[in-house]
Amino acid sequence: MTVETPLIGHSNAAVVDSSLSGVRVGVVTFPGSLDDRDALRAVRLAGGTGVALWHGDHDLKDVDAVIIPGGFSYGDYLRAGAISRFAPLMEQITAAATGGSLPVLGICNGFQVLTEAHLLPGSMVKNNHLHFLCKDQRLKVENSSTAWTSSYAEGSEIVVPLKNQDGQFVADERTLDELEGEGRVVFRYLGGNPNGSRRDIAGITNEHGNVVGLMPHPEHAVEAGFGPDSSALGEVEVRGGVDGLGIFTSVLQKLVNK
Amino acid sequence: MPRIVVDVMPKPEILDPQGKAIAGALPRLGFTGFAEVRQGKRFELSVEGDVTEEVLEAARDAAATLLSNPVIEDVTRVEVIEDAQ
Repeated sequence: MTVETPLIGHSNAAVVDSSLSGVRVGVVTFPGSLDDRDALRAVRLAGGTGVALWHGDHDLKDVDAVIIPGGFSYGDYLRAGAISRFAPLMEQITAAATGGSLPVLGICNGFQVLTEAHLLPGSMVKNNHLHFLCKDQRLKVENSSTAWTSSYAEGSEIVVPLKNQDGQFVADERTLDELEGEGRVVFRYLGGNPNGSRRDIAGITNEHGNVVGLMPHPEHAVEAGFGPDSSALGEVEVRGGVDGLGIFTSVLQKLVNK
Repeated sequence: MPRIVVDVMPKPEILDPQGKAIAGALPRLGFTGFAEVRQGKRFELSVEGDVTEEVLEAARDAAATLLSNPVIEDVTRVEVIEDAQ
């Protein structure tokens, strides 16, 4: 297997589980996606095989899981994610994810695409303060039984970057109560609500736990030298935070043990 | 060419951050007397030929599926307008 070599910091090749390399995780690129490469790299750093997918194809290339990355697909025209949701590849993804089989992760713009596609409830509107916000954000992992969070202990905390303009999660009260009652709030903002999201919700899952969406960016906290300056696990070196890596190892381990 | 106008507004219970910012700017310019601003979207769909009931129905369908998101928005108008000239 080819092990991704970290550009800065210590190689984590020794701790990467080589049995995970057979797991293929696809990352969809739309016109205007920005973080597709980062997501692919995160998959490789976690020990899996990243597969680039194109939104205009009808081919999932036999992947075992899919990540819809961050960015501004179609320039956020109309509504964030509204046009991407009708991309040809989304038909395959929706069909495979609805029944609970295909693990799908939507990060930031990807989360917006998943709500527009009705794979997740609610929607995102402009931040209540109207500004683009970029900061390292502390989150609580409230559900560690999803396909994407099983390597975290329930109630554990992580620090990953948050960067968006349309990040305010909204849904009607009934939907919010349902999400809370069924334990489908996966991530909650800690240390103050950064954008007015209802009930401090940063990420949610569907009824099966295979589809997860979150606004913050775990794929930007996977490699020493390029991560946040802080970690929920304790002191780290400058840009040494790698709290997001567990998202990617979670799905790889789940698929290997399937 | 006749056009079908589609208006989409944020739902009343959804806080409209853009409308709120505009409401804050109005009094600074001397426009007092407006209690609230809500910002929506207007789409104009041009039609080649006549606007039949079928075309209008397709416009309503497009308004509900693509032009608006029912979680946060309401379609408040789907109407044909004829060009003046």
